[in-house]
This record gives sequence, C-alpha cells and structure tokens, in this order.
Amino acid sequence: MSNHDPESEIESIRRILAGEKHLFHDLIRPCERPVFFMLMSILKNETEAEDAAQETFIKAYRNLHLFRGDAQFRTWVVSIARNEGLGRLRKLDNRREDSIDGGPPGSEEATGDFTPAILTSWREIPIETVEREELAALLREAIAALPEIYRNVVLLRDIEEMDIRQTAEALDISEGAVKVRLHRARALLQKSLAPKLKGFAPQRRGWFGRRA
Amino acid sequence: MRIDCKHVWEHISAYIDGEIDPVLRADIDKHLETCEICSAVLDSTRNVVVLIADDRVFDLPAGLSERLHKRLDEEMSAGPPRESLTE
Ligand SMILES: [Zn+2]
Repeated sequence: MSNHDPESEIESIRRILAGEKHLFHDLIRPCERPVFFMLMSILKNETEAEDAAQETFIKAYRNLHLFRGDAQFRTWVVSIARNEGLGRLRKLDNRREDSIDGGPPGSEEATGDFTPAILTSWREIPIETVEREELAALLREAIAALPEIYRNVVLLRDIEEMDIRQTAEALDISEGAVKVRLHRARALLQKSLAPKLKGFAPQRRGWFGRRA
Repeated sequence: MRIDCKHVWEHISAYIDGEIDPVLRADIDKHLETCEICSAVLDSTRNVVVLIADDRVFDLPAGLSERLHKRLDEEMSAGPPRESLTE
C-alpha cells in the first residue's frame, strides 16, 4: 500500500486532465483508507467522516490541475481531507453555544508521562493474533484514546505506513514534530497496551504440559 | 559510553525506525545486552507498532468504497476536472 510510483501517478493525472476521467477511480484507491481514518480521527463520527471523505475526493478531482508533483498524490489528498475535517469541526463548534474555548482542536501539545510500562520480559504476539476481534478492539481503543495530535501521526506513519516526510507534509508540521509525536504516541500505546496484550501471547507449555 | 534506562526509552521510537546515530545505536545495543527491562520495553513497543499496522485492525465501513466511486461517477459525468474550477 505504501508503494506508489510517482512517475505513473503523474502520468495518470496528466491523462485524467486530458479527458480520461475514469482513471481517477484507480488513482484514489490507495488514498481511501488514510482519508477516511484521518476524518474519523478528527470528526469521530462514521457518517460525518464518510460524507467528508466523499467531499475530499470531489475536491481533489476538481482541483487536480493544482496538484504539483513535488508531493506524493496520497499526501496531497490526505491534507485536503484534514482541512475538510477541521473545517467541518469548526462549523460544528460554532453551532455549539457552550463550546469551551480551548484553542483549535488537536493543537494542544499534551504534556504527560511518556515513560513506558515497565516489563521484565516480553513474549512476541504474532501478527495472526489480530484475527481475534478482542485484540483488534483493544488496539482500536488504545489508538482512539490517544490525544488527537498523536493519533494522527500514528495513523499516517504506523498504520498507513507513510514515511516521516510524507506524514509531516500531510499534517503540515515539521519532520521534527512528527518524530517527537510519534515517539510519544508509541510510548503511550506501549504503556496502555503492553499490560493488556500479555495474555494474547502464545502459551508456552511447562513441565508435564502445564501452562508455564 | 554507558547510558541509563531513561536515556534508552527516549530513543526507542527512533531506534525502531532505524533513524538513529550509529554511535548511540551501539550504546543502546550494549545496554540492551544486560538490561532485561529495556529489552522488554523495546520488544513490546515494536510488537505494538507491528500489530497496529495490520489492515485488519482498521477496516473501512462496508460499502464505503462503492458509495464513494458511485458519487464520483456522478461528479465526473458533470465534466472534466478543469471545467468545475470556478466553484
Ligand atoms: Zn535499561
């Protein structure tokens, strides 16, 4: 999913602009996940996020001629999604009369304790274990519980596997900020998840077949 | 140089991504040889990073993609991208 050939991307954009509109469908397929999950992260509502995702891709289509080849197409679309999400959030906030003034959403650099959960051993949880819905649910909950500025970085960097530069461009922050936030996000995830995940490690058999 | 556990924790994310100065990396590796806590912290963090990257954790809602492409077809039949610029 993280492999995009910039040459062929630019070529297909050129063809779309020249009239082969249907190519837009394939162009955006790798963007659907990051766009939707970025909007979920901001709006926290599935219906609203889906609507905003459609709007994002329509804007991307209408403004395709403005895309400059210096960024990856996916990065460009995710930053459109982020603006769309923040714009909708501002409208919702204005409508809410009792909105507490806390600055723009997600802007606060949460201070907190980023020390990890202390463990003395770790047994690897194999990737297949994600098939178990309880594990997947725990992972989703932990990510949802992150402060937004950390969640967005994890979403693009670790979940959608963008690199640090693309993540910085999509979120309009510096690469240094991406690294700091990523570090904190991972520390927070390790802290909340490690104690809960232990039970998912494959059981080792001890003496006489007892569980070790 | 000898480094302490706290120092190791500060660099875990960069260590996992391989974005770390080779000298510091060597110091951390040396620390990890004898520190079971830092080894467990590193392994668990890396494990978490691998698990959350799995596509099965976050799935697009059913039908979202189909609805999106249908909406785009409507938009596209309205004209090529450049024509709708004035909005
Ligand atoms: Zn240590």
